[in-house]
Amino acid sequence: MVEFEKNNQEEYEDFGAEPQSRTIVVPGEVVATGEDFLAGEGARREGNEVIASRYGLSEKVGRVVKIIPFSGAFIPRRNNVIVGIVSDIVHSGWIVDIDYAQNGFLPLMESPRFVNKNEMDQFLAIGDVVAAKIWNVSPKGIDLAMKGKGLGKLEGGFTFRVNPSRVPRIIGREGSMINLIKDNTGCNVTIGQNGWIWVRGNDIDAELKARKAIEFIAEKVLVSGLTEKVERWFSENK
Amino acid sequence: MTFKRTDGRKLDEIRPMTAKIGVVPNADGSAIFTFGKTVAIAAVYGPRMLHPQHMQDPKAAILRVNYDLLSFSVSDRKKPGPSRRSQEISKVTEWALSPALDLKDFPNTVIDVQIYILQADASTRVAGINAASMALAQAGIPMRDLICAVAIGKMDKDLVVDVNKDEEDFEEGEAASDIPIAKLANSDRITLLQLDGNIQPEIVSKAIALANKAFEKIYEVQKKALKEVISE
Repeated sequence: MVEFEKNNQEEYEDFGAEPQSRTIVVPGEVVATGEDFLAGEGARREGNEVIASRYGLSEKVGRVVKIIPFSGAFIPRRNNVIVGIVSDIVHSGWIVDIDYAQNGFLPLMESPRFVNKNEMDQFLAIGDVVAAKIWNVSPKGIDLAMKGKGLGKLEGGFTFRVNPSRVPRIIGREGSMINLIKDNTGCNVTIGQNGWIWVRGNDIDAELKARKAIEFIAEKVLVSGLTEKVERWFSENK
Repeated sequence: MTFKRTDGRKLDEIRPMTAKIGVVPNADGSAIFTFGKTVAIAAVYGPRMLHPQHMQDPKAAILRVNYDLLSFSVSDRKKPGPSRRSQEISKVTEWALSPALDLKDFPNTVIDVQIYILQADASTRVAGINAASMALAQAGIPMRDLICAVAIGKMDKDLVVDVNKDEEDFEEGEAASDIPIAKLANSDRITLLQLDGNIQPEIVSKAIALANKAFEKIYEVQKKALKEVISE
């Protein structure tokens, strides 16, 4: 789990670390004028101007102007950790619903122990929740891997969904926010980049509290100094 | 004699507009847009899996718009479900929105746009387009530009901006013509131009010029709503 938090961390740096220092742009808005700037992700060049193609925060890094989108559906990328639900069993693996237009495919080889081909539901049955990593994204499909720390079948607990764009904030810098939730509720939490979150605690009250805390963060995603606010929220909602 | 508007507006005055995004929690993007009493709500879902499979486009996502009046939105209850009119408006809305979208990143998928009219006082399709354009932006779909739309009316011989129900039913003189227009906000590309009624060819360009002025105001409202998301 430590490992994937580091991966998520990179995206966090991109996102609302200092929301005030950036400006919100809408598609079609001019974000930079002149030949000095290069159009990065989410932007395009038209003549002398760099224009936003997406709705989000515009940011200038050196000469590159890019747009960090802050909403929208999950777009799978390599190395994303996702939480998915097994939706079918086929001859060479499992089909996993990852909340995207395509399903993920988890090959039989990825199971940590030997699985009899005739009894694949002994390991993962339809409806089971798994934490997996995206191994490859191609037009043919999305391949998943399950070898790694924190990955595998998630037993017990429950899953719920938040907007995938809120995920970096819920994890926090170096996983600070998620550790705060874990410490305060004693719950086990796995957050998928697709916005699906799995929680398991000692009792249902702890689990619901963790869920409430996560939803509280998801609502206030653009607010600065959120860690302190969440700490205060925990002291108020003992 | 110039045409007197029943609600006391100037000929080139739009009804008060409001706009808000993020009104449907389960959608990937959503927005509400009003022209006076006309209220349109739009929700965007996707990119998501497209079935039936033969409709899939391996080069880009397809856009699927569903426009409908809710049964309580008009004074005589509207029978729920698709009608000839709602299917036509869904299709023209699709054509009005698609030039603004860049969908080649999501092959074989669909982007669903649901537009519902909560309260109808004419100009519903343009209110729907305005709401849908904001909802698509919020859904994080790559776009060339926002889309602004307004209905221009010709009352006898006078052009008016943003037609309401009373004006739509105007019957004196040359009677009423309704001209919904939509365009890309930062360019002159028109994506929707319909006409219901009669009009002289030279008046059309005047109507478009009038609409262009209205688009500036509508664009400001849309932009403001999208930029207002930072709370506290």
